[in-house]
Amino acid sequence: MSGAIVAGAAGSWARALIKISPYTFSAIGIAVAIGVSVLGAAWGIYITGSSLIGAAIKAPRITSKNLISVIFCEAVAIYGVIVAIILQTKLESVPSSQIYAAESLRAGYAIFASGIIVGFANLVCGLCVGIIGSSCALSDAQNSSLFVKILVIEIFGSALGLFGVIVGIIMSAQATWPSKV
Amino acid sequence: MYGFEAMTFNIHGGYLEAIVRGHRSGLLTAADYNNLCQCETLDDIKMHLSATEYGPYLQNEPSPLHTTTIVEKCTLKLVDEYKHMLCQATEPLSTFLEYITYGHMIDNVVLIVTGTLHERDVQELLEKCHPLGMFDSIATLAVAQNMRELYRLVLVDTPLAPYFSECITSEDLDDMNIEIMRNTLYKAYLEDFYRFCQKLGGATAEIMSDLLAFEADRRAVNITINSIGTELTRDDRRKLYSTFGLLYPYGHEELAVCEDIDQVRGVMEKYPPYQPIFSKLSYGESQMLDKAFYEEEVKRLCLSFEQQFHYAVFFAYMRLKEQEIRNLMWISECVAQNQKSRVHDSVVFIF
Repeated sequence: MSGAIVAGAAGSWARALIKISPYTFSAIGIAVAIGVSVLGAAWGIYITGSSLIGAAIKAPRITSKNLISVIFCEAVAIYGVIVAIILQTKLESVPSSQIYAAESLRAGYAIFASGIIVGFANLVCGLCVGIIGSSCALSDAQNSSLFVKILVIEIFGSALGLFGVIVGIIMSAQATWPSKV
Repeated sequence: MYGFEAMTFNIHGGYLEAIVRGHRSGLLTAADYNNLCQCETLDDIKMHLSATEYGPYLQNEPSPLHTTTIVEKCTLKLVDEYKHMLCQATEPLSTFLEYITYGHMIDNVVLIVTGTLHERDVQELLEKCHPLGMFDSIATLAVAQNMRELYRLVLVDTPLAPYFSECITSEDLDDMNIEIMRNTLYKAYLEDFYRFCQKLGGATAEIMSDLLAFEADRRAVNITINSIGTELTRDDRRKLYSTFGLLYPYGHEELAVCEDIDQVRGVMEKYPPYQPIFSKLSYGESQMLDKAFYEEEVKRLCLSFEQQFHYAVFFAYMRLKEQEIRNLMWISECVAQNQKSRVHDSVVFIF
């Protein structure tokens, strides 16, 4: 059956890609979802944290308020964890005759894509929030009226991660494996 | 890649950049300067300064204060901050911070050599040296008779060694030679610093190029004005100008043939960034030129703080602090000599 599907595939690379198990794609998708999200969160936290520590020496009052920037970065990692857990519940076993069925491939690719969407959206979101948080800490140390205004920019930045999560979850909702027939 | 420094700058430079911005917020404002200008005695100045960041440094000084003490303690604060930043810095920031002090090293070398020429005591000269420009074998400079010895005995081990290749002669040191040596060293230093910043790339290269170009142009104008009427030939003058900056190469050609200040003004007014400086001076006057240049420099230095994730803020902070110390010295001198009407002649407000 699978031979009939791939008969029209051009060249050995296309055939090789189709022969990769959809389980592989799903697993990589789940790994990317959590791994790259955490990378983004960590990147953002260190960017904010180093500026916050240095600025707080001269202006200790900024420490408690500016932890919000760190919390926004952390939220990005939490999105990654949530999506990874949702994705791994979507991963089901199918009988070996069905592994290369079109439905299986579709489900595998859907989970993979969902993982990539969430992972990379959270990566750039974490970076964005981290850089803004660094500027926020330095500006707050000089002039405390600037904090709330820059926080608004950060809120817009953290919405990016949320977009990724929403699309990722919608993607993964349609990851239906063929039923065991 | 220019524009993406924000992603990796904070690994090594984030903490120190935040520290230097914290120091910047401690610079004296116009309100502080106005208070200081109203002071009647040096003790009043000490009282006003104790409310600022200089408090801990001045509070233990005994009562008959001298202006040199005030300046010395304020410089000590700058040196402490610099040393703190230098010991926390990694490459390439540590090299950048060291480059900032080579100008002071050159000044110290020239100070000791000149002083020795005029038969002053070495210890007295060492006390007058700028603390940021000290290096280990500096006292040995008093022994040298000509430039070759100067280089061989002392300077070959210092960071200034590569700058000497252009100015080693076997002539004995006299006042004229020493000034030429100072300017040649400074030219080599500026060019080296410029090349180093270009290698760093990104926002650092862009902002430092602008600041160093202004420095090079200012020195060119000062060299021109100071050498009018001296024996310095046009070729020698041309050799002292740096090979970068807005005035290079055509402005330098014109400046090299200037014989009085109005010709210099004519040359400089062709360059739009320098036109407002020279139009503020009336004809034939050059005393206010220094202050006008300082004001322009302060404006550019403050602008460098507008951008984040680059090293030029360190350079700018050191220069602004030095300007503040110059201001304090001028105010203290005016107060000590009872010439308060002249106080505003030379104080450049930073903000």
